[in-house]
Amino acid sequence: MQSKFLLKFLTITLLVFSLNLNAQHDTHDSSIEKVDLKAKIKADIDHHIQDSHDFTFTYDKENNKYWGFSLPIILWDNGLHLFSSSKFHHGESVAENNGNYYKLYHNKIYKTDAEGSISLDDHQHPTNSKPLDFSITKNVFMIMVTSVLMLLLFGGLARSFGKGPIATGPGRFFEPIVVYIRDDIARPNIGEAKYKRYMPYLLTVFFFVWFLNLFGLTPLGVNVTGNIAITFALAIITFLITQFSGNKNYWKHIFWMPGVPVPMKIILAPIELLGVFIKPFALMIRLYANIMAGHIVLMSIIGLIFIFKNWIGGGLTFFLAFFLTLIELLVAALQAYIFTMLSALYFGFAVEEHEHDEAH
Amino acid sequence: MEIPTIVGAGLIVIGAGIGIGRIGGSAMDAIARQPEAYGKIQTAMLIAAALIEGIGFAALFAG
Repeated sequence: MQSKFLLKFLTITLLVFSLNLNAQHDTHDSSIEKVDLKAKIKADIDHHIQDSHDFTFTYDKENNKYWGFSLPIILWDNGLHLFSSSKFHHGESVAENNGNYYKLYHNKIYKTDAEGSISLDDHQHPTNSKPLDFSITKNVFMIMVTSVLMLLLFGGLARSFGKGPIATGPGRFFEPIVVYIRDDIARPNIGEAKYKRYMPYLLTVFFFVWFLNLFGLTPLGVNVTGNIAITFALAIITFLITQFSGNKNYWKHIFWMPGVPVPMKIILAPIELLGVFIKPFALMIRLYANIMAGHIVLMSIIGLIFIFKNWIGGGLTFFLAFFLTLIELLVAALQAYIFTMLSALYFGFAVEEHEHDEAH
Repeated sequence: MEIPTIVGAGLIVIGAGIGIGRIGGSAMDAIARQPEAYGKIQTAMLIAAALIEGIGFAALFAG
Protein backbone atom coordinates (compact mmCIF):
# COMPACT_ATOMS: atom_id res chain seq x y z
CA MET A 1 0.00 0.00 0.00
CA GLN A 2 2.72 2.45 0.91
CA SER A 3 4.94 1.44 -1.97
CA LYS A 4 2.13 2.06 -4.46
CA PHE A 5 1.76 5.61 -3.23
CA LEU A 6 5.50 6.08 -3.35
CA LEU A 7 5.59 4.78 -6.89
CA LYS A 8 2.89 7.18 -8.04
CA PHE A 9 4.54 10.09 -6.26
CA LEU A 10 7.92 9.33 -7.80
CA THR A 11 6.48 8.96 -11.27
CA ILE A 12 4.67 12.26 -11.12
CA THR A 13 7.67 14.08 -9.68
CA LEU A 14 10.04 12.72 -12.29
CA LEU A 15 7.59 13.43 -15.10
CA VAL A 16 7.22 17.03 -14.01
CA PHE A 17 10.93 17.55 -13.94
CA SER A 18 11.54 15.83 -17.26
CA LEU A 19 8.94 17.94 -19.03
CA ASN A 20 11.49 20.65 -19.64
CA LEU A 21 13.21 18.23 -22.00
CA ASN A 22 10.46 18.72 -24.57
CA ALA A 23 11.21 20.46 -27.82
CA GLN A 24 10.65 24.13 -27.57
CA HIS A 25 10.77 25.45 -31.07
CA ASP A 26 10.60 24.22 -34.61
CA THR A 27 13.76 23.12 -36.30
CA HIS A 28 12.07 21.43 -39.25
CA ASP A 29 13.90 23.64 -41.71
CA SER A 30 16.26 21.15 -43.32
CA SER A 31 18.68 23.78 -44.53
CA ILE A 32 19.61 25.03 -41.06
CA GLU A 33 23.38 25.15 -40.73
CA LYS A 34 25.03 23.78 -37.62
CA VAL A 35 26.43 27.22 -36.83
CA ASP A 36 23.00 28.79 -37.02
CA LEU A 37 21.58 26.07 -34.76
CA LYS A 38 24.32 26.64 -32.20
CA ALA A 39 23.62 30.36 -32.22
CA LYS A 40 19.93 29.64 -31.69
CA ILE A 41 20.67 27.33 -28.79
CA LYS A 42 22.93 29.94 -27.26
CA ALA A 43 20.19 32.55 -27.57
CA ASP A 44 17.73 30.21 -25.89
CA ILE A 45 20.09 29.48 -23.05
CA ASP A 46 20.69 33.20 -22.55
CA HIS A 47 16.97 33.79 -22.50
CA HIS A 48 16.55 31.16 -19.80
CA ILE A 49 19.33 32.40 -17.62
CA GLN A 50 18.88 36.14 -17.75
CA ASP A 51 16.28 38.15 -15.98
CA SER A 52 13.72 39.77 -18.25
CA HIS A 53 11.03 42.38 -18.00
CA ASP A 54 8.28 40.10 -19.21
CA PHE A 55 7.45 36.52 -18.37
CA THR A 56 7.79 34.56 -21.60
CA PHE A 57 7.29 30.83 -21.28
CA THR A 58 8.29 30.03 -24.80
CA TYR A 59 8.62 31.84 -28.07
CA ASP A 60 8.93 31.36 -31.78
CA LYS A 61 11.01 34.18 -33.12
CA GLU A 62 10.43 33.57 -36.82
CA ASN A 63 6.67 33.65 -36.59
CA ASN A 64 6.84 36.29 -33.87
CA LYS A 65 4.69 34.31 -31.48
CA TYR A 66 5.24 34.59 -27.77
CA TRP A 67 3.48 32.67 -25.04
CA GLY A 68 3.62 34.42 -21.70
CA PHE A 69 2.52 37.57 -19.98
CA SER A 70 4.05 40.98 -19.55
CA LEU A 71 5.06 42.49 -16.25
CA PRO A 72 4.84 46.09 -15.05
CA ILE A 73 7.76 48.41 -15.58
CA ILE A 74 8.38 50.92 -12.81
CA LEU A 75 10.94 53.60 -13.60
CA TRP A 76 12.10 56.65 -11.73
CA ASP A 77 13.36 59.30 -14.07
CA ASN A 78 12.52 62.67 -12.47
CA GLY A 79 9.03 61.36 -12.02
CA LEU A 80 7.43 57.97 -11.75
CA HIS A 81 6.81 56.07 -14.97
CA LEU A 82 4.56 53.06 -14.78
CA PHE A 83 3.68 51.04 -17.84
CA SER A 84 3.44 47.50 -19.07
CA SER A 85 6.37 45.77 -20.65
CA SER A 86 4.20 44.88 -23.65
CA LYS A 87 5.00 48.37 -24.93
CA PHE A 88 8.50 47.16 -25.63
CA HIS A 89 7.25 44.36 -27.88
CA HIS A 90 10.07 42.10 -26.76
CA GLY A 91 12.81 44.58 -27.37
CA GLU A 92 11.76 45.68 -30.82
CA SER A 93 9.94 48.97 -30.31
CA VAL A 94 10.43 52.10 -28.29
CA ALA A 95 8.10 52.64 -25.35
CA GLU A 96 6.76 56.11 -24.75
CA ASN A 97 5.45 57.26 -21.42
CA ASN A 98 4.76 60.85 -20.38
CA GLY A 99 6.97 62.21 -23.12
CA ASN A 100 10.03 60.07 -22.37
CA TYR A 101 11.11 57.30 -24.65
CA TYR A 102 12.69 54.11 -23.42
CA LYS A 103 14.19 51.16 -25.21
CA LEU A 104 15.37 47.76 -24.13
CA TYR A 105 18.94 46.96 -25.05
CA HIS A 106 20.30 43.61 -23.83
CA ASN A 107 17.57 43.42 -21.22
CA LYS A 108 18.33 46.82 -19.73
CA ILE A 109 16.19 49.93 -20.10
CA TYR A 110 17.78 53.05 -21.53
CA LYS A 111 16.39 56.48 -22.12
CA THR A 112 16.33 57.36 -25.76
CA ASP A 113 14.54 59.50 -28.34
CA ALA A 114 11.60 58.76 -30.60
CA GLU A 115 13.62 56.68 -33.05
CA GLY A 116 15.18 54.59 -30.34
CA SER A 117 18.80 55.38 -31.05
CA ILE A 118 21.33 53.81 -28.73
CA SER A 119 24.81 55.28 -28.96
CA LEU A 120 27.57 52.81 -28.23
CA ASP A 121 31.06 53.63 -27.05
CA ASP A 122 34.29 51.84 -27.91
CA HIS A 123 33.54 48.80 -25.81
CA GLN A 124 30.06 48.40 -27.30
CA HIS A 125 28.45 49.68 -24.12
CA PRO A 126 25.54 52.09 -24.49
CA THR A 127 26.12 55.65 -23.39
CA ASN A 128 22.47 56.58 -23.04
CA SER A 129 21.31 57.45 -19.58
CA LYS A 130 19.55 54.81 -17.57
CA PRO A 131 16.53 55.59 -15.43
CA LEU A 132 16.31 53.99 -12.00
CA ASP A 133 14.71 50.66 -12.66
CA PHE A 134 12.35 49.31 -10.00
CA SER A 135 10.36 47.13 -12.38
CA ILE A 136 8.78 43.87 -11.45
CA THR A 137 10.98 41.63 -13.52
CA LYS A 138 10.73 37.87 -13.87
CA ASN A 139 12.98 37.27 -10.86
CA VAL A 140 11.06 39.70 -8.64
CA PHE A 141 7.82 38.10 -9.73
CA MET A 142 9.12 34.62 -8.90
CA ILE A 143 10.33 35.80 -5.51
CA MET A 144 6.86 37.14 -4.81
CA VAL A 145 5.28 33.86 -5.93
CA THR A 146 7.65 31.91 -3.70
CA SER A 147 6.94 34.19 -0.75
CA VAL A 148 3.20 33.72 -1.13
CA LEU A 149 3.69 29.96 -1.49
CA MET A 150 5.79 29.82 1.67
CA LEU A 151 3.31 31.97 3.58
CA LEU A 152 0.47 29.68 2.62
CA LEU A 153 2.32 26.45 3.30
CA PHE A 154 3.93 27.36 6.57
CA GLY A 155 1.12 29.53 7.83
CA GLY A 156 -1.16 26.58 7.29
CA LEU A 157 1.31 24.28 9.03
CA ALA A 158 1.57 26.55 12.06
CA ARG A 159 -2.17 27.02 12.31
CA SER A 160 -2.91 23.33 11.99
CA PHE A 161 -1.15 22.70 15.29
CA GLY A 162 -3.97 24.51 17.02
CA LYS A 163 -6.27 21.58 16.34
CA GLY A 164 -4.11 18.88 17.79
CA PRO A 165 -0.56 17.61 18.13
CA ILE A 166 -0.42 16.21 14.60
CA ALA A 167 -0.12 18.64 11.72
CA THR A 168 -2.69 18.55 8.93
CA GLY A 169 -2.84 20.23 5.59
CA PRO A 170 -0.24 20.42 2.80
CA GLY A 171 2.41 21.99 5.01
CA ARG A 172 2.78 18.84 7.07
CA PHE A 173 5.29 17.51 4.58
CA PHE A 174 7.73 20.13 5.81
CA GLU A 175 7.41 19.51 9.52
CA PRO A 176 10.23 16.92 9.67
CA ILE A 177 12.45 19.28 7.70
CA VAL A 178 11.75 22.13 10.12
CA VAL A 179 12.56 19.82 13.03
CA TYR A 180 15.74 18.71 11.29
CA ILE A 181 16.87 22.30 10.81
CA ARG A 182 16.20 22.99 14.46
CA ASP A 183 17.83 19.87 15.88
CA ASP A 184 20.72 19.24 13.53
CA ILE A 185 21.59 22.65 12.11
CA ALA A 186 20.61 25.31 14.63
CA ARG A 187 21.06 23.63 18.02
CA PRO A 188 24.50 22.07 17.49
CA ASN A 189 25.98 25.17 15.88
CA ILE A 190 24.41 28.04 17.78
CA GLY A 191 23.91 26.39 21.14
CA GLU A 192 20.91 25.63 23.29
CA ALA A 193 20.61 29.07 24.79
CA LYS A 194 20.39 31.28 21.75
CA TYR A 195 19.30 29.19 18.79
CA LYS A 196 15.70 30.33 18.93
CA ARG A 197 16.49 33.87 17.84
CA TYR A 198 18.01 32.68 14.59
CA MET A 199 15.52 29.96 13.72
CA PRO A 200 13.15 32.22 11.71
CA TYR A 201 15.95 33.40 9.45
CA LEU A 202 17.44 29.93 9.01
CA LEU A 203 14.09 28.40 8.15
CA THR A 204 13.25 31.20 5.76
CA VAL A 205 16.54 31.05 3.94
CA PHE A 206 16.47 27.27 3.65
CA PHE A 207 13.04 27.04 2.11
CA PHE A 208 13.49 30.20 0.05
CA VAL A 209 16.66 28.88 -1.59
CA TRP A 210 15.27 25.36 -1.95
CA PHE A 211 11.99 26.41 -3.58
CA LEU A 212 13.67 28.89 -5.90
CA ASN A 213 16.22 26.26 -6.96
CA LEU A 214 13.37 23.88 -7.69
CA PHE A 215 11.52 26.52 -9.69
CA GLY A 216 14.66 26.97 -11.72
CA LEU A 217 14.51 23.34 -12.77
CA THR A 218 10.95 23.53 -14.10
CA PRO A 219 10.18 24.34 -17.73
CA LEU A 220 9.12 27.87 -16.78
CA GLY A 221 12.51 29.28 -17.64
CA VAL A 222 13.14 31.13 -14.37
CA ASN A 223 16.57 31.42 -12.87
CA VAL A 224 16.37 33.30 -9.60
CA THR A 225 19.14 31.83 -7.46
CA GLY A 226 21.43 31.71 -10.46
CA ASN A 227 21.49 35.48 -10.41
CA ILE A 228 24.37 36.96 -8.50
CA ALA A 229 22.33 39.91 -7.27
CA ILE A 230 19.92 37.60 -5.46
CA THR A 231 22.62 35.52 -3.81
CA PHE A 232 24.46 38.72 -2.96
CA ALA A 233 21.39 39.94 -1.10
CA LEU A 234 21.08 36.67 0.83
CA ALA A 235 24.77 36.68 1.73
CA ILE A 236 24.59 40.32 2.84
CA ILE A 237 21.71 39.51 5.19
CA THR A 238 23.70 36.66 6.75
CA PHE A 239 26.69 38.97 7.04
CA LEU A 240 24.69 41.71 8.75
CA ILE A 241 23.07 39.31 11.18
CA THR A 242 26.43 37.83 12.20
CA GLN A 243 28.04 41.23 12.68
CA PHE A 244 25.15 42.68 14.64
CA SER A 245 24.92 39.69 16.92
CA GLY A 246 28.64 39.44 17.55
CA ASN A 247 29.55 39.63 21.21
CA LYS A 248 32.82 40.61 22.83
CA ASN A 249 34.29 37.14 22.39
CA TYR A 250 33.69 37.28 18.67
CA TRP A 251 35.42 40.59 18.11
CA LYS A 252 38.22 39.55 20.40
CA HIS A 253 38.76 36.42 18.37
CA ILE A 254 39.02 38.48 15.22
CA PHE A 255 41.30 41.27 16.30
CA TRP A 256 43.19 39.96 19.29
CA MET A 257 43.02 36.19 19.28
CA PRO A 258 43.40 34.97 22.88
CA GLY A 259 45.82 32.21 23.69
CA VAL A 260 48.50 32.86 21.05
CA PRO A 261 51.75 34.84 21.41
CA VAL A 262 51.67 38.54 20.55
CA PRO A 263 53.48 38.39 17.16
CA MET A 264 50.96 35.79 16.04
CA LYS A 265 48.13 38.00 17.23
CA ILE A 266 49.34 40.81 15.00
CA ILE A 267 49.63 38.50 12.02
CA LEU A 268 46.27 36.89 12.64
CA ALA A 269 44.29 40.12 12.92
CA PRO A 270 44.25 41.11 9.21
CA ILE A 271 43.72 37.51 8.16
CA GLU A 272 40.73 37.14 10.44
CA LEU A 273 39.38 40.49 9.25
CA LEU A 274 39.61 39.30 5.67
CA GLY A 275 37.87 36.12 6.71
CA VAL A 276 34.94 38.14 8.02
CA PHE A 277 34.27 39.34 4.50
CA ILE A 278 35.34 36.30 2.57
CA LYS A 279 32.96 33.93 4.33
CA PRO A 280 29.73 35.60 3.12
CA PHE A 281 31.37 36.24 -0.24
CA ALA A 282 31.97 32.50 -0.60
CA LEU A 283 28.33 31.89 0.37
CA MET A 284 27.25 34.11 -2.47
CA ILE A 285 29.59 32.60 -5.05
CA ARG A 286 28.89 29.01 -4.05
CA LEU A 287 25.14 29.23 -4.51
CA TYR A 288 25.34 31.35 -7.65
CA ALA A 289 27.94 29.23 -9.40
CA ASN A 290 26.35 25.90 -8.52
CA ILE A 291 22.92 26.86 -9.81
CA MET A 292 24.09 28.84 -12.82
CA ALA A 293 26.52 26.16 -13.93
CA GLY A 294 23.86 23.51 -13.50
CA HIS A 295 21.42 25.40 -15.68
CA ILE A 296 23.96 26.12 -18.40
CA VAL A 297 25.19 22.53 -18.58
CA LEU A 298 21.69 21.10 -18.53
CA MET A 299 20.45 23.37 -21.29
CA SER A 300 23.56 22.82 -23.38
CA ILE A 301 22.97 19.09 -23.24
CA ILE A 302 19.33 19.57 -24.20
CA GLY A 303 20.55 21.73 -27.07
CA LEU A 304 22.78 18.81 -28.03
CA ILE A 305 19.61 16.82 -28.68
CA PHE A 306 18.77 19.27 -31.43
CA ILE A 307 22.20 19.00 -32.94
CA PHE A 308 22.03 15.21 -33.10
CA LYS A 309 19.04 14.87 -35.35
CA ASN A 310 18.78 11.08 -35.17
CA TRP A 311 17.19 8.66 -32.75
CA ILE A 312 20.30 7.13 -31.23
CA GLY A 313 22.19 10.35 -30.53
CA GLY A 314 19.07 12.15 -29.41
CA GLY A 315 17.94 9.22 -27.30
CA LEU A 316 21.23 8.81 -25.45
CA THR A 317 21.49 12.56 -24.92
CA PHE A 318 17.97 12.56 -23.54
CA PHE A 319 18.96 10.03 -20.90
CA LEU A 320 22.06 12.02 -20.07
CA ALA A 321 19.93 15.13 -19.63
CA PHE A 322 17.46 13.17 -17.53
CA PHE A 323 20.14 11.96 -15.12
CA LEU A 324 21.66 15.39 -15.01
CA THR A 325 18.26 16.76 -14.00
CA LEU A 326 18.14 14.25 -11.17
CA ILE A 327 21.56 15.39 -10.01
CA GLU A 328 20.38 19.00 -10.23
CA LEU A 329 17.47 18.11 -7.96
CA LEU A 330 19.98 16.88 -5.41
CA VAL A 331 22.11 19.98 -5.87
CA ALA A 332 19.04 22.17 -5.32
CA ALA A 333 18.38 20.70 -1.89
CA LEU A 334 22.07 20.37 -1.03
CA GLN A 335 22.88 24.00 -1.78
CA ALA A 336 19.97 25.16 0.33
CA TYR A 337 21.19 22.94 3.16
CA ILE A 338 24.78 24.17 2.83
CA PHE A 339 23.75 27.82 2.81
CA THR A 340 21.66 27.33 5.93
CA MET A 341 24.32 25.24 7.67
CA LEU A 342 27.08 27.74 7.04
CA SER A 343 24.87 30.64 8.11
CA ALA A 344 24.13 28.78 11.36
CA LEU A 345 27.85 28.11 11.79
CA TYR A 346 28.68 31.80 11.40
CA PHE A 347 25.93 32.75 13.85
CA GLY A 348 27.37 30.22 16.26
CA PHE A 349 30.80 31.81 16.00
CA ALA A 350 29.29 35.22 16.68
CA VAL A 351 27.42 34.29 19.85
CA GLU A 352 29.90 31.82 21.28
CA GLU A 353 30.28 32.18 24.99
CA HIS A 354 33.52 32.11 26.88
CA GLU A 355 34.14 28.39 27.20
CA HIS A 356 37.88 28.09 26.74
CA ASP A 357 39.92 29.42 29.58
CA GLU A 358 42.91 27.29 28.67
CA ALA A 359 44.74 27.36 25.37
CA HIS A 360 42.51 28.23 22.44
CA MET B 1 38.32 29.97 -25.69
CA GLU B 2 42.07 30.02 -25.75
CA ILE B 3 44.30 27.17 -24.67
CA PRO B 4 45.42 28.71 -21.36
CA THR B 5 41.81 29.15 -20.27
CA ILE B 6 41.02 25.54 -21.07
CA VAL B 7 44.14 24.26 -19.33
CA GLY B 8 43.32 26.39 -16.29
CA ALA B 9 39.77 25.07 -16.16
CA GLY B 10 41.10 21.53 -16.35
CA LEU B 11 43.50 22.17 -13.46
CA ILE B 12 40.69 23.59 -11.34
CA VAL B 13 38.55 20.53 -11.95
CA ILE B 14 41.47 18.23 -11.13
CA GLY B 15 42.06 20.09 -7.87
CA ALA B 16 38.43 19.97 -6.82
CA GLY B 17 38.16 16.36 -7.86
CA ILE B 18 41.18 15.27 -5.87
CA GLY B 19 40.02 17.20 -2.80
CA ILE B 20 36.49 15.85 -2.81
CA GLY B 21 37.72 12.38 -3.69
CA ARG B 22 40.00 12.30 -0.66
CA ILE B 23 37.18 13.49 1.57
CA GLY B 24 34.92 10.81 0.20
CA GLY B 25 37.60 8.22 0.77
CA SER B 26 38.20 9.22 4.38
CA ALA B 27 34.45 9.29 4.95
CA MET B 28 34.19 5.73 3.64
CA ASP B 29 37.01 4.60 5.90
CA ALA B 30 35.39 6.26 8.88
CA ILE B 31 32.01 4.68 8.14
CA ALA B 32 33.68 1.28 7.77
CA ARG B 33 35.26 1.65 11.19
CA GLN B 34 32.09 2.79 12.92
CA PRO B 35 28.91 2.16 10.94
CA GLU B 36 26.63 3.73 13.55
CA ALA B 37 28.18 7.18 13.03
CA TYR B 38 27.03 7.19 9.42
CA GLY B 39 24.78 10.24 9.78
CA LYS B 40 27.35 12.54 11.33
CA ILE B 41 30.08 11.47 8.94
CA GLN B 42 27.82 12.04 5.96
CA THR B 43 26.97 15.52 7.21
CA ALA B 44 30.60 16.45 7.71
CA MET B 45 31.52 15.01 4.31
CA LEU B 46 28.85 17.06 2.53
CA ILE B 47 29.92 20.24 4.26
CA ALA B 48 33.56 19.77 3.34
CA ALA B 49 32.64 18.82 -0.21
CA ALA B 50 30.46 21.89 -0.63
CA LEU B 51 33.22 24.17 0.63
CA ILE B 52 35.74 22.72 -1.79
CA GLU B 53 33.27 22.90 -4.62
CA GLY B 54 32.59 26.52 -3.70
CA ILE B 55 36.23 27.44 -4.23
CA GLY B 56 36.30 25.40 -7.41
CA PHE B 57 33.33 27.19 -8.86
CA ALA B 58 34.59 30.60 -7.79
CA ALA B 59 37.87 29.94 -9.56
CA LEU B 60 36.07 28.56 -12.60
CA PHE B 61 33.93 31.63 -12.91
CA ALA B 62 36.83 33.98 -12.41
CA GLY B 63 38.71 32.27 -15.22
